[in-house]
Amino acid sequence: MAVDVEALAARLRDGDVTVAPQVLNLVESRAPRDQAAIAALLAAVAPSALGREAPAHVVGITGPPGAGKSTLLSALLQGWRERGRSVAVLAVDPSSKRSGGALLGDRARIAFDPADREVFIRSMAAGERLGGLAPATRAAAHALAAAFDVVVIETVGVGQSETEIAEVADTVAVVVQPGSGDALQFIKSGIMEIPDVLIVTKADLGQVALRARRDLHAALRSLGARETAVVAVSSLPPAQGIDRLLDALDAHRAATDVARRRLEARRLHALADFAEEHGARGLRALGGRRAAEKWLAAQQPGLDVPSLTRLLEQRAAAAPDR
Amino acid sequence: MMRTYAGHSTAAKSNELYRRNLAKGQTGLSIAFDLPTQTGYDADHELARGEVGKVGVPVAHKGDMAALLDGIPLDKMNTSMTINATAAWLLALYIVTAEETGVDQAQLQGTTQNDIIKEYLSRGTYAFPPGPSMRLIADMVAYTVEEVPKWNPINICSYHLQEAGATPVQEIAYAMSTAIAVLDEVRARVPQELMGRVFSRISFFVNAGVRFIEEHAKLRAMGRLWDELGRERYGVQDAKQRRFRYGVQVNSLGLTEAQPENNVQRIVLEALAVTLGRDARARALQLPAWNEALGLPRPWDQQWSLRLQQVLAYETDLLEYPDIFEGSVVMDGLVAELVDGARREMAIVAEHGGAVDAVPYMKAALVESHRERIRRIESGELTVVGQNRFIETEPSPLTADNDGGIMTVDPEVEQQQREAVAAWRAERDQAAVDAALAEVARVAASDENIMPATIAAARAGATTGEWAQTLRDAFGSYRGPTGVGEAAGAGVDDDAALEQIRDEVERVSEGLGRRLKILVGKPGLDGHSNGAEQIAVAARDAGMEVVYEGIRLTPAQIAASALQEGVHVVGLSILSGSHRELIPDVMAALREAGIGEVPVVVGGIIPPADERALRAAGIAAVYTPKDFNITQIMRDIVGIVARGSASDSENSPEGSLSRR
Repeated sequence: MAVDVEALAARLRDGDVTVAPQVLNLVESRAPRDQAAIAALLAAVAPSALGREAPAHVVGITGPPGAGKSTLLSALLQGWRERGRSVAVLAVDPSSKRSGGALLGDRARIAFDPADREVFIRSMAAGERLGGLAPATRAAAHALAAAFDVVVIETVGVGQSETEIAEVADTVAVVVQPGSGDALQFIKSGIMEIPDVLIVTKADLGQVALRARRDLHAALRSLGARETAVVAVSSLPPAQGIDRLLDALDAHRAATDVARRRLEARRLHALADFAEEHGARGLRALGGRRAAEKWLAAQQPGLDVPSLTRLLEQRAAAAPDR
Repeated sequence: MMRTYAGHSTAAKSNELYRRNLAKGQTGLSIAFDLPTQTGYDADHELARGEVGKVGVPVAHKGDMAALLDGIPLDKMNTSMTINATAAWLLALYIVTAEETGVDQAQLQGTTQNDIIKEYLSRGTYAFPPGPSMRLIADMVAYTVEEVPKWNPINICSYHLQEAGATPVQEIAYAMSTAIAVLDEVRARVPQELMGRVFSRISFFVNAGVRFIEEHAKLRAMGRLWDELGRERYGVQDAKQRRFRYGVQVNSLGLTEAQPENNVQRIVLEALAVTLGRDARARALQLPAWNEALGLPRPWDQQWSLRLQQVLAYETDLLEYPDIFEGSVVMDGLVAELVDGARREMAIVAEHGGAVDAVPYMKAALVESHRERIRRIESGELTVVGQNRFIETEPSPLTADNDGGIMTVDPEVEQQQREAVAAWRAERDQAAVDAALAEVARVAASDENIMPATIAAARAGATTGEWAQTLRDAFGSYRGPTGVGEAAGAGVDDDAALEQIRDEVERVSEGLGRRLKILVGKPGLDGHSNGAEQIAVAARDAGMEVVYEGIRLTPAQIAASALQEGVHVVGLSILSGSHRELIPDVMAALREAGIGEVPVVVGGIIPPADERALRAAGIAAVYTPKDFNITQIMRDIVGIVARGSASDSENSPEGSLSRR
């Protein structure tokens, strides 16, 4: 019996969050036999099928190891649940490239109530892919965004992962701990893209955290990034700043043209996927990257990434100068 | 002093056992508490299920403590309590029990284990985060040094570090670093003139392995470092106060399930390690039972252990000479080597900010050492007689009897204890308890000493679970580091067997559509996570995706994780003997989550009869300590997943997808 894609898609569209494990089992599959089903599922929850952008707020949370992301995520989960929102977390872990194996340890540090059906946490190994995201993370985020109120993508790192996260998330939050000057240096030197929200953890450290928050604020202002919120939180009891952080994330989304941001992201993504598969020769067949971007901009806005990638492939195959 | 670690089922049953042991010539008490008591839960808490009365006695309130110690003269008894996270509470119950039988706290003698660092590193029965836990310890030390002056408030345990795989150097260094963390904390709350007395109250609980010459050198090295620490760091003038005092339990890690009778000679040799030279001789010695790797020892097994000590003490000439290593160049060299190594390792811990902040570093280092030890046994570099060498054996008459050679706990005990604690709550003066717990909460949020309020709550009739919950609310709960993420992978010693497994994982993953994914879980309160950690690391090295969530999980949590993570196999580890309750619970939870078809494998101390029952209930494989070859276990698990997926439909990547 084949996977009943239409049933999965219908449940996602109905907001049935209990379908999440099956959706992930499918979109993570790299078996040739499953690729058509994955493409069909994504097409069935694409904006063109939904008639609108998927309702979820897709939040990317990234930061260096030890910055307190998991503890923070536990507190955020609780906060979202108190506001009545369902939450899916995609926790991307770096994997051991040598054996292909991976220890997915983040889950252990995220506290959740096993009886709560509105919370879904999935660990994903980043695999060989640079930039922080697991191969199936984007597809998973797109699919789950149709059913959940909030989809969180958590990655490790500073300097590269947030670039790719920005192509998937509506709001990118970077977590730093006080006393680590790295984030400041990365922002100043342009290694790190300016995040939408900057979170300083361990606010219980008092003066150190306050100073870190002030410094980051000043640095961002000097770069002209006045709209980036800087929030100090403490996830230890008594937790502080979590409500303010939830408000800041909401405020960012409210101020963002989500449809446009996602549309651009989908197009960039399709092009990136195409380039990864077909390389420089493929891009030449499209008349170069800029020409390809322009051509993509003229396509129907509601298409999902695999559909766009397929269109690019068709165009390249039909190109006269091959 | 001679004693055996004991306690089980109920306070009344344990009391009988203590009286029997005292009648046989045992000169002190060593109380084993069950896991709910150790982690601060009452018998009727969800997490206590399957654990009540299992590895020790449940003590929920002063009534239980009174029953446990009934008829035992507390003013004469030397009592050692294996209690850590909730040590302040159990000492309070002991003090109140003594008080109610007319014995003043100043007369009490004994030891609370109270070493929380090793709980994070090895044993897993912590309840609160490291900072507040250290504060509780320091409060106890500061309190007892004045009020219960003959009490040893903390017994720093290098024992469990060796059980977690520590090398002698690591054992010395991490124990000394823990002592420094405690002493620094106490120094902040007592006058300097008391520091000598404080220092002299700190005792150690060490391990002795079968390499007994080196182990003896380890003890001499510890004595030397301790003396130096007292003199230089804490300014202790009196040499007597700087004496290194330690008790010993000899190594359990090296005891084997295969040919368990060999454990007797191992235990004797290990006992020699701590008694051979008078300058580094143990003050108290505990010997494990020969069949510890098989399950809970019976009274006869414990008697055998006591007799081993008695032969050593009363038949041999061991105790007749001054230090027999005096002037030994070999011994001095060995000691110097260990001291140097330990100093280097202590410096690394100090660089991490001391023992509390270095917990993740030390944990990862131990997971690595343990992994190395397993590798050496698997490769045959390290001989374990009867396990990886000389494995032929005649049938054993010792384990031939039908109960599998171990004592089991009546499952009724848990139900009775649940009812008993509910009855206790119903009968006491609730207003007095509420007020006493409110006072504990107030003190917890202040910087006052926690002991007086804790003793008052014990007197008022509060329960273990209530006291601990009050502090959990004040301090926050905590999950310790697992150490597995940081542990280095297999690399230098890549061997053909490992390569073969990786190919196999690759092949099976291709068939599954995504990489083989395993959930490694520890249901229940048992915190001995070494086995689970080694399985997690080995699975990662074999190329699997491993979801490892650490200790203390409910069956519902394990099932939810297995479902959400889409794992292909679940591995459970239980060493507390609660597998009979917890494994079926996990299976039921998996079925309820709609993933009953996911194969489950189990590792732990599981008697053959239970193994058969578990297999019959649908467990795919059971691994016990005799399955020391982890590579083989990995191969086995891959095969189980491969067979399971082969029987699924061809078009579906997952059974669960088509089986909605």
